[in-house]
Amino acid sequence: MAAAAAATCSPGAGGLGSAVAAAGKNSVTSFQRRGPRASGSDGGGSRLVSIAGTRPSVRNGQLLVSSGLPALDQLLGGGLAVGTLLLIEEDKYNIYSPLLFKYFLAEGIINGHTLLVASSKEDPADILQELPAPLLNDNCKKEFGEDVCNHKTSESNIKMKIAWRYQLLPKMEPGPVSSSRFGHYYDASKRIPQELIEASKWHGFFLPEKMSSTLNVESCSLTHGYMKLLHFIQNIIYEEGFDGSNPQKKQKNILRIGIQNLGSPLWGDDICCTENCKNSQSLTKFLYVLRGLLRTSLSVCIITVPTHLIQNKAIIARLTNLSDTVVGLESFIGSERDTNPLYKDYHGLIHIRQIPRLNNLIGDVSDVKDLAFKLKRKLFTIERLHLPPDLSDTVSRSSKQGLAESAELRGPGCGVMAGGKTHLDF
Amino acid sequence: MFPELNNLLNTTPDRAEQGKLTLLCDAKTDGSFLVHHFLSFYLKANCKVCFVAFIQSFSHYNIVAQKLGVSLTTARERGQLVFLEGLKSSVDVFFRAQEEPHPLQFLREANAENLQPLYEFVREALKPVDNGEAAWRCPVLLVDDLSVLLSLGVGAVAVLDFIHYCRATVCCELKGNIVALVHDSGDAEDEENDILLNGLSHQSHLILRAEGLATGFCRDVHGQLRILWRRPSQLTAQRDRSLTYQYKIQDKSVSFFAKGMSPAVL
Repeated sequence: MAAAAAATCSPGAGGLGSAVAAAGKNSVTSFQRRGPRASGSDGGGSRLVSIAGTRPSVRNGQLLVSSGLPALDQLLGGGLAVGTLLLIEEDKYNIYSPLLFKYFLAEGIINGHTLLVASSKEDPADILQELPAPLLNDNCKKEFGEDVCNHKTSESNIKMKIAWRYQLLPKMEPGPVSSSRFGHYYDASKRIPQELIEASKWHGFFLPEKMSSTLNVESCSLTHGYMKLLHFIQNIIYEEGFDGSNPQKKQKNILRIGIQNLGSPLWGDDICCTENCKNSQSLTKFLYVLRGLLRTSLSVCIITVPTHLIQNKAIIARLTNLSDTVVGLESFIGSERDTNPLYKDYHGLIHIRQIPRLNNLIGDVSDVKDLAFKLKRKLFTIERLHLPPDLSDTVSRSSKQGLAESAELRGPGCGVMAGGKTHLDF
Repeated sequence: MFPELNNLLNTTPDRAEQGKLTLLCDAKTDGSFLVHHFLSFYLKANCKVCFVAFIQSFSHYNIVAQKLGVSLTTARERGQLVFLEGLKSSVDVFFRAQEEPHPLQFLREANAENLQPLYEFVREALKPVDNGEAAWRCPVLLVDDLSVLLSLGVGAVAVLDFIHYCRATVCCELKGNIVALVHDSGDAEDEENDILLNGLSHQSHLILRAEGLATGFCRDVHGQLRILWRRPSQLTAQRDRSLTYQYKIQDKSVSFFAKGMSPAVL
């Protein structure tokens, strides 16, 4: 393909036996199929050097990185695919979504990836100071021993005699998987050691600092802040060679981009302020071009959006369609569910709203739809929500109503497969 | 292409119809498997295909098409497939000033009035090469998908105009087909999207609507497909024929069955 050979960066062409590979071009694409090449090609350029902190997906050969939370990785089909965008719908008071954001960045530091942190509210240097410290393997077993009952470790070999149907249910791993060099566990109560931050390579984009300089590009409908951020990201990708433009320079690495509170009024966008915003395509256009940048480079991006403030539901639907993976957080603070006995062990619900279908007709949807999260003293865990047994002799009307309402509200599962509105009452 | 869907639609690659607009629509689920089906179907039917792909990259479609038995890279090299990769081209358009009009020119403009450069691109791609003998059967325009154009600042009326121009050229003049995917926003009340969807529904000859199940997520039945045959130009009082099937997507194919007759249930 002459066009690809002429271009300085050649993304795309990842098929087996492609003529481009035989030309010796080091094509950098996130969607390259890993595994033995077909006998047709010379195996010319792309012997994929394995990059630290990544692993290929078992399903479709996609290159995956960890999101920082091994439990979340398991729900997303093994991890986040390189070149995709993870959208986190913030919880109401923005308490738990910064944690997911920080886990993502901390994972990047541990694996030696380059970071790009953009925020309109906090200085990226301050964000990096507050990252959680990684848990070493021998410590974390001790931590889990305090919180989890001891019998859990020995029950795996016991065959169930009475409730034998439950043996068939999959186990959700609450603790660390023993051989995980892929995902790490973090201690939310400790800060990351200073030397790790200094050893890492990161770029910061703090909006108030960048707004002072003018941009001499004609304005399309993007707000000024988004424009600047896009140019900044594109600059970093181009200069540091994440899109393959400097192929022989150095070892390939992943760029982890984190953008906080996108869409909030601090970015100059008014979608969170009014229902009839005059600039409603600004954020969607930004996401589209951002995704174009991600697809043509070795990068992963996490963005958190305060969707609970967006009054125009159409925009939320458009944002979901424009992102690859969408995870929504719903915390119980301040809502009536705080006192609901159903949820007393948890801090909130986590909804996996969308999982991408990459290189495949079908995505990796987990069967578990009712998930809740809990921030323990040190760890953020995601568990399957279990209905407690109803042991009271006189079943009061209010408790039954509370259970039914809460079941109804979390009923419609993942939007990827199907969504249902009607709740069947049995 | 999925052989079971060919049976339901009563077509084969040899007997593909011409001059038709097919509308693919999905509500509460992902209808992209229909796009993969039509892409491989028309490539196997030896048609010249212009694929305007906004949502995913070329290698994604290529890898899925290889599972369905066609290779997009060889089709592109032979000239059978003209592929406009939206994500990659958008980066080019956005960051580097272009001299001649680019099909995605509307990304640089604050208010995109029309999609004329995109239409010119399609027309250029599908116009018959006059070297005597016709190499390909009929031109086909495939768009994945149109709803994303609304997110990029183009109005619903401009998108409808674009499809109208394409229909005039591709369907009427060149006797080809158009297949386009539009998302149905359902209760999200996206007015522009509803205008686009309703406008296209009235113009199309065949509507394939993939819906999620009303009862929620199911591992064995991934959704429901409604097929509606229409005759937009005739004013007969005859009812349009419609069929409903449920489907399950597997690794390399999709299996269809009547409602409630999933193999997991029987």
